Amino acid sequence: MARIRDLARICKSKNAGPFDLTIDIVFDDSALYQKVRASGVITEALFARLYGVAAKDVLLTPYDAAMAIKATFPRLVPAGGIGDTDVYGCQQHAPLLDVDIPV
Amino acid sequence: MKEIRLLSTSAILGYGFPEASLQAGMERNPHIIGVDGGSVDPGPHYLGAGVPFCSTMAIKRDLRLMLRAAIGAGIPLMIGTSGGAGGDPHLDLTAQLVRDIAAEEGLHFRMALIRAEPPRAELQRRLAAGRIHPLSNQPALSSGTLGRASRVVAMMGPEPFMEALDNGAQVILAGRASDPAPWAAAAIRAQLPPAPAWYAGKMLECGATPSIPKGHDCLLVTVREDGMECEPMNPIRRCTPLSIANHSLHENSSPIHHIEPGGMLDTSDCRFDALTDRAVRISGMRWTPASQYTVKLEGVEMAGYRSISICGTRDPLLIARLPLFLEEVRGIVREKAQAFGAAPESYTLTIRTYGLDGVMGAREPVRDVAGHEVGFVIEVIADTQEIAAAVLGIARTNMLHTDFPGRLCREGNMAFPFSPSDIPVGPVYRFSIYHVLELDDPREIFPISYEEV
Repeated sequence: MARIRDLARICKSKNAGPFDLTIDIVFDDSALYQKVRASGVITEALFARLYGVAAKDVLLTPYDAAMAIKATFPRLVPAGGIGDTDVYGCQQHAPLLDVDIPV
Repeated sequence: MKEIRLLSTSAILGYGFPEASLQAGMERNPHIIGVDGGSVDPGPHYLGAGVPFCSTMAIKRDLRLMLRAAIGAGIPLMIGTSGGAGGDPHLDLTAQLVRDIAAEEGLHFRMALIRAEPPRAELQRRLAAGRIHPLSNQPALSSGTLGRASRVVAMMGPEPFMEALDNGAQVILAGRASDPAPWAAAAIRAQLPPAPAWYAGKMLECGATPSIPKGHDCLLVTVREDGMECEPMNPIRRCTPLSIANHSLHENSSPIHHIEPGGMLDTSDCRFDALTDRAVRISGMRWTPASQYTVKLEGVEMAGYRSISICGTRDPLLIARLPLFLEEVRGIVREKAQAFGAAPESYTLTIRTYGLDGVMGAREPVRDVAGHEVGFVIEVIADTQEIAAAVLGIARTNMLHTDFPGRLCREGNMAFPFSPSDIPVGPVYRFSIYHVLELDDPREIFPISYEEV
């Protein structure tokens, strides 16, 4: 087992427009990227569990050209709305860092 | 082989860039220089209040260097989403800075201003005609929401920029524009295909952000028929396949399907190949024209007035019973505010707790405080600034003085770093419109005016 923080070269979050949050995990080794994908750990259900959203609201896109996996789902509060904690959405990645991947 | 060289100076006008990088870029004989003027990312305030999120001092510094370079070399300078949010006040402010600099520097040129804040009656007419549709799971737009909005901008595509270039403008300032639009305009107008033209814009919109180390700096993109090349102008930075791949994921919901005015950029079969150790070639992108041309609408409305206060505790006994303490403070505030005439429905009190869940809120999986101190931002949003200030005052007092079992710090619970402790923040806006508008002509709601500066 290895944690995402030990496997990925980039793990980040950001707004995708004012209503959605997008999270990217990027690798720099094709074999490792394929192993992580094949592990079946990074799924809509994983983001649903970590971020308290419905799995059907998670758009999960593996992007082979970039050796990246992207997940986009609704923000908790629209950017800058009452109760928002992170206007840019750029500090929402941490729960992913310790996810274990059997590679 | 046909090519066009495009030089972007920074991520946003006013973020700054090294003068030497601009010089290095100009030595490559770019056909156009430009920079993105804004973003929706800093939130709804700037669109609502009609102000920029970079200082005019910082904007003017960047503008001066770019104007000197462009006019000196006889090439166009293009800025999209001027003034941060691309409304009329943002565009007018940027235009005035350009006129001031031109007068100070003795520069002369033809300037085009492209407006992106359509008259509200015009938008109402189009809404009634069924030509506005929701995005991102938003509800259908109502006439009331449209009428109530503080400001609404439409996000133009490349066509208005192309028209301004055709009409001989050398400095083109636009209101809200799709970030890649000015760059796509330059490349498409040079008879290059839309796919690499749009992809070039996606790289250029953030300056040297697609390089490492990341920094606000200049990026040169060379667009050709079959792809494009990215190279940062500062020798300390490098574009690598990983840095380009990373940027291809930036702020989009899908990395493979990018919806733009007039079509969709499909990047699923892109290749990122290192040309040198600091330049990358990108190829394999495709463009699918849309059957209906659409532009995005962004609008905000007033949500009240905000006051805040910042404080922190270093008391382990208080930290140990924090949730109970905060609940008690809330109860006291409710009672005392009601007593002076602020009903609970006239305000929202939020006690942001840094060291617990200040960053992730309800999505924070860690539910215990591990640190020795905890910071708070006490925030009240109310119907008026007066109510916000009054409720904040009573909340601040009770954060400071509310008793708790076992309390040893009997003079006060909170360290306040400032006097005054309470800060009136002013109007609060929220995004209320995030929709698309169908257009018959991509230029029909983006009027262009020309002036000789």
